[in-house]
Amino acid sequence: MKKIAVVDYGMSNLHSVTSALKAVANDQQVIEVCQRPEDIDNADRIVFPGQGAAADCMQQIRATGLVTALQQAASEKPFLGICMGMQVLMETSDENGGTDCLAMFKGSVKQFGPDMPAADGRLKVPHMGWNQIRQTLDHPVWHGIAQDSYFYFVHSYYVALAHAKQQVGRTHYGVEFTSVLAQGYVFAMQCHPEKSADNGLQLLTNFLNWSGK
Amino acid sequence: MLAKRIIPCLDVDAGRVVKGVKFVDIRDAGDPVEIAKRYDAEGADEITFLDITASSDERNTMAQVVEQVASQVFIPLTVGGGIRSVDDIRRLLNAGADKVGINTAAVKRPELVKQAADKVGSQCIVLSIDAKKVASSEVHPRWEIFTHGGRTPTGIDAVEWAIKMTDYGAGELLLTSMDRDGTKIGFDLELTRTISQAVSIPVIASGGVGKLEHLCEGVTSGKADAVLAASIFHFGEYTIQQAKDAMRAHNIPIRV
Repeated sequence: MKKIAVVDYGMSNLHSVTSALKAVANDQQVIEVCQRPEDIDNADRIVFPGQGAAADCMQQIRATGLVTALQQAASEKPFLGICMGMQVLMETSDENGGTDCLAMFKGSVKQFGPDMPAADGRLKVPHMGWNQIRQTLDHPVWHGIAQDSYFYFVHSYYVALAHAKQQVGRTHYGVEFTSVLAQGYVFAMQCHPEKSADNGLQLLTNFLNWSGK
Repeated sequence: MLAKRIIPCLDVDAGRVVKGVKFVDIRDAGDPVEIAKRYDAEGADEITFLDITASSDERNTMAQVVEQVASQVFIPLTVGGGIRSVDDIRRLLNAGADKVGINTAAVKRPELVKQAADKVGSQCIVLSIDAKKVASSEVHPRWEIFTHGGRTPTGIDAVEWAIKMTDYGAGELLLTSMDRDGTKIGFDLELTRTISQAVSIPVIASGGVGKLEHLCEGVTSGKADAVLAASIFHFGEYTIQQAKDAMRAHNIPIRV
């Protein structure tokens, strides 16, 4: 049996993520909600969700002693970051007056501003609803998902990568931002695949079948 | 491009979907899971459940309904109705809801919105506003908010309330016109536009949809970010797909 660890550090409602993973997992894949570093060490692949504020998230990740286990896992097995689970992979976030994050990727997390251009008047924040992802790089996790497909987003901050080559998907909302990044074993996205109907389920299926190479 | 959302709303009583016509003739419309699945298959962008159960015992049934639906339908789910505390909110989120709607409790205790946004994040908090026009001056129209399913006036100005609740941390507004609810003559577009332009968060227009054209107007003239309707989808008058086709014909960005 292959173990898929959904990381629980107290900052996310895991019901939707685990339900969606269970819906697409095969007989040989077990979905387990995990809180301890050793559970992450023992898993075959990692799903790292998250919501709420960056400072709270980082505080919880540190308090639960998960920093090293997460960094280690990201360098040796398939690792899917979702929403805040993508943002905290960066070096810093502008949220909460500046928050140091896990620094697995170079770059920062910035806020959507009401001064950004909007189609009809002001830019509503959070960016909430279904938006398109332009696949900017081929990746096994994109298998069977059409270019410019819609995914469900809810967020007020976005990732700004230092290395453009790590971008595998981008989305437009006020600005063009990196909605999906990947490097090595890590694939991380700002949107919620677990809430993105068929496209999301296809993506989760692809992740569960991805060798990570 | 960010799509405008179409949200079917289901009234749930004691675990079953019902639809009251003018609040009296409650018709049983079926199993929540089956209906949610059908709407998902038709392309609904989200689903909203309104818990119209009166007794607190049966409120636990709502959490079970959400759990069942959330295990099988993978689009955002909102639950509103009777939510009084952060604990109520947590219970529904843990059952699988993505957002909860707060209405009467926020009027009684505005701090609840602040507390809830702090605890679970603004993105989970939908502030429901039931508004009624109280001054019909062409120059200065004015709307007030009502609670308890539209029965109790509060004297609070709807636009000021919307701005205040945004400041308190609401992530979205569900705006229902009490003048239009159930009439099938269309949204109160002036109300929708006024509030949508006054706040920085997304606004869902609700109340009065009788035909597909009304959904389009809510977005184009009402400046809503999403449109919510119940009865036109319930009894097979229109499908979500037809609604999307109509919006596409008006060049409104929608999810395909």
